Amino acid sequence: MAFDWNFVAKFYPLFLRAAWLTLWLGLLGTFLASLVGFIGAIITYARVPGLNRLFRAYVEVSRNTPLLIQLFFLYFGLPKMGIMLESRTAAMLGLAFLGGGYMAEAIRAGLGAVPPGQLEAGYAIGLTRAQVIRHVLLPQAFAVAMPAIGANVIFLLKETSVFSVVALADLMFVAKDLIGMYYRTNEALLMLVLAYLLLLLPLSLLFYLWERKLRHAGFGG
Amino acid sequence: MLASAVSVFTAGDNLWRLLTGLGVAMQIALLAVFFSLLLGIPLGVVMTSRRRVLFLAARLYLDAWRIVPVLVWLFIFYFELGRILGIHIDAWLVSVLVFSLWGAAEMSDIVRGAITSLPAGQVESGRALGLSNWQLQRYVIMPQVVRRLTPAAVNLVTRLIKTTSLVVLIGVVEVLKVGQQIIENSERNVPSASFWVYGLIFILYFIVCYPISRLSRYLERRWVG
Amino acid sequence: MVTVPTGLLAGESPAAPILAVTGLGKNFGERVVLQDVSFQIAKGEVVVVIGPSGCGKSTLLRCLNGLEKADAGQVRLDGQDLCQGQIKWSLVRQRIGMVFQSYDLFPHLTVKENLLLGPLRAQRRRRVEALAQAEELLDRVGLLDRAESYPRQLSGGQKQRVAIIRALCMNPEIILFDEVTAALDPEMVAEVLEVMLGLAQQGMTMLIVTHEMDFARGVADRVIFLDAGVVVEESPPDIFFTAAKSERVRRFLDRRRYERRLKTVG
Repeated sequence: MAFDWNFVAKFYPLFLRAAWLTLWLGLLGTFLASLVGFIGAIITYARVPGLNRLFRAYVEVSRNTPLLIQLFFLYFGLPKMGIMLESRTAAMLGLAFLGGGYMAEAIRAGLGAVPPGQLEAGYAIGLTRAQVIRHVLLPQAFAVAMPAIGANVIFLLKETSVFSVVALADLMFVAKDLIGMYYRTNEALLMLVLAYLLLLLPLSLLFYLWERKLRHAGFGG
Repeated sequence: MLASAVSVFTAGDNLWRLLTGLGVAMQIALLAVFFSLLLGIPLGVVMTSRRRVLFLAARLYLDAWRIVPVLVWLFIFYFELGRILGIHIDAWLVSVLVFSLWGAAEMSDIVRGAITSLPAGQVESGRALGLSNWQLQRYVIMPQVVRRLTPAAVNLVTRLIKTTSLVVLIGVVEVLKVGQQIIENSERNVPSASFWVYGLIFILYFIVCYPISRLSRYLERRWVG
Repeated sequence: MVTVPTGLLAGESPAAPILAVTGLGKNFGERVVLQDVSFQIAKGEVVVVIGPSGCGKSTLLRCLNGLEKADAGQVRLDGQDLCQGQIKWSLVRQRIGMVFQSYDLFPHLTVKENLLLGPLRAQRRRRVEALAQAEELLDRVGLLDRAESYPRQLSGGQKQRVAIIRALCMNPEIILFDEVTAALDPEMVAEVLEVMLGLAQQGMTMLIVTHEMDFARGVADRVIFLDAGVVVEESPPDIFFTAAKSERVRRFLDRRRYERRLKTVG
């Protein structure tokens, strides 16, 4: 079977639409994950009693189970207990659940990398606790955590490839559909790969440059 | 309610079937770990090479696996490999192949990182003691490289185990597939079966992965600091 | 070395001390780090604290600006008790500057931003005015051209000079120096000590922990010797370095005179 460019021309809009869905659901989930991770990292860093242990348990569970299984449980398991989630909600929550643990670890490592002397120097010039956190701790912690956060964003966007299992018309879903209907595997797989490259290449390039800038030029080094 | 949940697993040999299903996934993961080490270590050494062509080839290989989701690679190998070779290749074999190749890519980066993170002073102080090249490698370089890469390599094992859950999507009958079969059979008697079955699979994965990631962190603290 | 006007001697008991420490005590678990430490500093006075490693010098300074909480005793700043009731430390620390051994400049901020952080955020002063002061101080320590540099681009001595004027930018009533030259290369020690001497000459009130004996002798109005958390001796530098009352102090000082020991051995 020769490669059929007409097939590509006819169906590529399907992939674009699916890529768009993947992108915004993925980014939304990643944003939620960052929020969970940030709050959790602060909780563990400050050792808030009670919450600290609870959050660490969550981090372990989220990091030691596959997204696929998390999604099956959310989308097919929970409704039996009366919690119905729509496809998109389930996908987004699943990604946030998974990513929250990874983001928390990245940010916590960043917070831990700021030497205690830095905080004391902040206090010594009369800054309040909130000012030390805002002007001394967080900027340095994020500079350290940035590469790991970037890697997590890419990782989470790649993980969206399992979204089709909760009946979302994402890239994998479209590819599988076309293969099933027309047996045009070469064409469908090519468009699938190109769509993911379109999504992920610019982002990874961006993070790569950002990280290099931080490492080489950051803080005047 | 809990009693009916338990009945889902006690009916027939359901629990045993689930565990066997998990075994299929683990088997793929462990084979992949083995081949990842076999292929990834030499590849990692190549990545520290100063020969531009070799380095770029290894780097391209790694980036290809990094940028395209593993599930996409599974599809590509599943649909294309058999067609190109003109034979039927079963999904299990495709899975072992894909996870080995992916694992090798990740392993190579771990090895590269461990080698390049070694301070240059180590080589120099080894030479200053009058060690031969071989002695330098054997007593100074290798022990430190192994310590630096082991925690990340152990962590890679949990990543492989978690990611092999994807093989169900190309038709390998493993724990999730078995779970679906059990749910279909018992849903008439126990409507909430999918909650319990997927919940148990979730817990099973945690039970397998948690100790391994704990081990990884323990080694990290002890050896890398 | 620049001569320093002699301030108040210990015996003269200044009218109203800026800082008065009485019976200060501090434990880390079982270990007693400070025990019944008492002394006073008058306005414009320079007091140097000397003692072997681990004798509690750093802890003493840290207790004075609330980085550590004292377990016993009293610290009074201009009459205000810092160990009683709810103390707003951020306000107190604006009046007690501190310079650390490891500089602890903020690596993510330029030199100028390092200097302005306290005045703008903690003191909420006007930018124009704070900047003018920062630049004047930078000029005085010869670093005006490094205002836009990041700490990583500076030498150790330059970093420490910036750290000193970072404390000065808050217009503190007293500055605590915690072994500020201990991490420096020998040739950079002098440039930092000169800045401190200049401050002393201008009448800045200073409490200095140091291992630089010549400097201590030159700059101090009074020397306090701390050993195992206890004040062993407190005397003017001339007496301290030549005719210390305590045997412990004489032994400590003697051990550093390698030249003489070599001669006696030879």
